[in-house]
Order: sequence, then C-alpha cells, then structure tokens
Amino acid sequence: MITCELLVIGAGPAGLCSAITAAKSGASVVVLERSPDIGGQLIKQTHMFFGSKEQHASTRGVDIAEILREEIARYDIKLMLDTTALGIYEDGMVTALYKEEEYMKFKPGAIIVATGACERFLAFPNNDLPGVCGAGAVQTLMNVYGIMPAKDVVMLGAGNIGLIVSYQLMQAGVNVKCILDAAPKIGGYLVHASKVARMGVPIKTSHTVKRAIGEDHLTAVEIVALDDKFNQIPGTEEIIPADTLCVSVGLTPLCELLAMAGCKLSYIPQLGGMVPLKTGEYETSVPNIFVAGDTSGVEEASAAMVEGHIAGLCAAKRLGHIPEDFDAQYSSLNRQLMALRSGPAGEHIRQGLASACLNKEA
Amino acid sequence: MRIENHPVLDFKRGKQISFIFNGKAIDAFEGETIQAALHAAGVRVLGHSLTLHRPRGFYCAIGNCSSCMMVVDGVPNVRTCVTPVREGMVVELQEGKGIIE
Repeated sequence: MITCELLVIGAGPAGLCSAITAAKSGASVVVLERSPDIGGQLIKQTHMFFGSKEQHASTRGVDIAEILREEIARYDIKLMLDTTALGIYEDGMVTALYKEEEYMKFKPGAIIVATGACERFLAFPNNDLPGVCGAGAVQTLMNVYGIMPAKDVVMLGAGNIGLIVSYQLMQAGVNVKCILDAAPKIGGYLVHASKVARMGVPIKTSHTVKRAIGEDHLTAVEIVALDDKFNQIPGTEEIIPADTLCVSVGLTPLCELLAMAGCKLSYIPQLGGMVPLKTGEYETSVPNIFVAGDTSGVEEASAAMVEGHIAGLCAAKRLGHIPEDFDAQYSSLNRQLMALRSGPAGEHIRQGLASACLNKEA
Repeated sequence: MRIENHPVLDFKRGKQISFIFNGKAIDAFEGETIQAALHAAGVRVLGHSLTLHRPRGFYCAIGNCSSCMMVVDGVPNVRTCVTPVREGMVVELQEGKGIIE
C-alpha cells in the first residue's frame, strides 16, 4: 500500500495543473495516469488556444503539454503512468492497475479526480460499422501518430470539436465532404466555422445522418434534412460517398469513480450529463474528494487548467499546506474563470455551474 | 498510409519494426499502437461482434470504448488502440468474446 498526501487521478490539463499548484503549496503529490504519457487530450490539439496569457493563449495544445511536463518535473510530484485507477472505497482507499499486470493500493489524505470526459454517440442504422468513429479518434491517429485517418470524411456535429477537427483533417490532406449539425445554427465559434467554410466545406445545419452504408466498412453516408422539430423531412435524403463518418456530438463527464465513492451527482445537461456537485473549493459531497476539469462539467482545456489550479490550491489547504497568498491566488484564479466563461458563449456553463453548486452548510 | 508533410507537426517515428496480422507481416514504427499501425496498413476490420458477427473497427482511439479489442499473442480482449506494437507480435482478428487459454 502506498500512502501519500494528495492523489491526483488523471494527467490531463486539469490533473497536471492541480498537481503543480498543490505541490507548489507544499503538498507531496502522486499522479495516476492510465496512458503511457501525460497531457490527456492536449497532445492531439494542434490549434492555438484562446483565453489569456495565464492559460497559455495563442499556444498550441501539444506545446502546452510540454510546458506542463517541464513544470511537473520541478516539484515533488510522482507520476505513475500506465496506471489506471479502478476504484475509490468507503475507507478512502484507492485501487489501481499498472499495465494490466500489477494491482496497487493507495491511501491518500485527499484525492483530486480529474478523469475528463468521453465522446458521446448517436443512434442511427449501421452506426457500428467500421469507419464510423469519434472525431477525437481521427485526431489521435493523425496528430499523435501521423497516420492518414481517412480519404473522404463526413463530419457529424458543427460544434468546436467538429469544426476544428475538420480543419485539421484538411491540414493532413483529407477531403472533408461536409459538416452536418441537427441544430438550426452552428454550435461552434464563428472563427472556426469561417475557416472551414473558406476552404469550401459546406456546413449543413438542420441535417443529420439517416444511416451509414457499407458491408465490411463504411462506403457512404445517407444524410437527411430536419424540420424545426428535428423530424426527418422525407425526400431530402442524399447519399454522400465517404470512407469515414466522424461523430462529434458532444462529450460526457467520466465520473464513475466519483459515483463509486458516493459523491452526490446530478444530471445537468449544460455540463454534459451526470456531474458531481461541488463547493466553491471544488470539494465534492464526500470530504477530501475534490474534482477539476471536464469530470465536473464539459468545457475547454483552458478552463480545465484553471479549475485544476483551484482544486490543487484548496486540496493542499485541506492537507494543511496554506500558502501566505492563498486568498489572492484563489480570487485571481476565479477571476480568470469568470473571464473565460463571460459572454453568450459561456452562458450555458454559467447556468450549469449554478445548479452544480454544493452548499455544505445547507 | 502515413502523413509525411504536415504544416504544423513534425512526426518523429521510432525504429521500423514488423509484426504479424492474421498471418501477414505488417510494417510499423516503435511508439505506434497496434491499431494505428494496422490503420496505416489499410486494415479497418479488427474483429466481429459476439452475437450478430458484425464487423468491428476502432471508435475512440483512447481506450474508452472497447471496439478495437483483438487477440494479441494469444490473449483476447486487448485494446489495440492503446497497446504499443512490438517487433514480432502476433495479432489476430477477435471473433466474439475470445477464448482465454
């Protein structure tokens, strides 16, 4: 059994930032990461980030992962790669599996769960055909491994991921036939939509996939127009030859560990599904279990990093490591989040977070 | 097929190696996953489903969805999208649940 002060589960942007800030405050930190490398989904992000200097704006995700790697090395942080957290038990014990070979137990003083989110799926006939895959999956193939993911792609979903991945597919030399979205309006930022539109990719709003076509592998996608009640309009079907259909219909938080630990969860659609309730110090309803990043509400990596810093600061405080400038750090980080979530684009996040607020005294 | 020229990224590939897929030698680079190497070689079907025997391909590429499970060196249910490929590895299509010897 390994005893440690703070155990961080997940080495994505939220987990890494929480480890860095907690260690800076004086806590000794162990980070568990199921993948062979750190960075989470940052390692496949070739686009430059928005936000401000504190969240590495105008830097590509891949480069932010490297910046965080250098920072991690400067502190008392033990990284355990290829190690999957399996469960959090009533007595505060955490079990993990190293490389599907060796089981381990941890007894931490506090835990920060930063397990991120996973891609959602959509129901349509033949959706299990090879060639139907997540937008994040083609991003991994082309941006992490340098492998041509497809020849002709239909992108389902015009949110930021759908738009950004479409652009990145074209950078890799893939032909993006069209981008579909069931909603009557493009969900992602206009700047991303304009970029792909300028390159000649039609963005078909009020359209969805009727079925995937192919025997052993996708060969075409049948699309259909939708009316204002999201019903398919007969006679508008069109068959588009393609070897890949990328599904980019949103993310949902990975909060199974929190559910197992008994943390209060609530269904909050604006945050992507079931999410843990949390206090202003990012603690869940179970004492000493903290959360940060997409696990507690799907947003962007910039917000995940700031949330990580807050959770790290507050978890370290709980462990008795309180920096002199705690209040200043705490309010500065919260100001950064408010800026990231300002304006109409952040409205659903603001609404969702208001419902996820846990008032411990109540 | 691998990407040779990319406007943003510079791919540093590992040593060239070779592994066996359903009896056929496939080239790969150290550092790639099994699924990535198979994809580069044009392999899209990684197995067949348990009941309806429908073809299965990769879906998430980050170890979440279990759609890419194959038999690797005799061991079934290996998530090939997160398992590194190694020299001489024997990879086979997985039919249904797979049998643990």
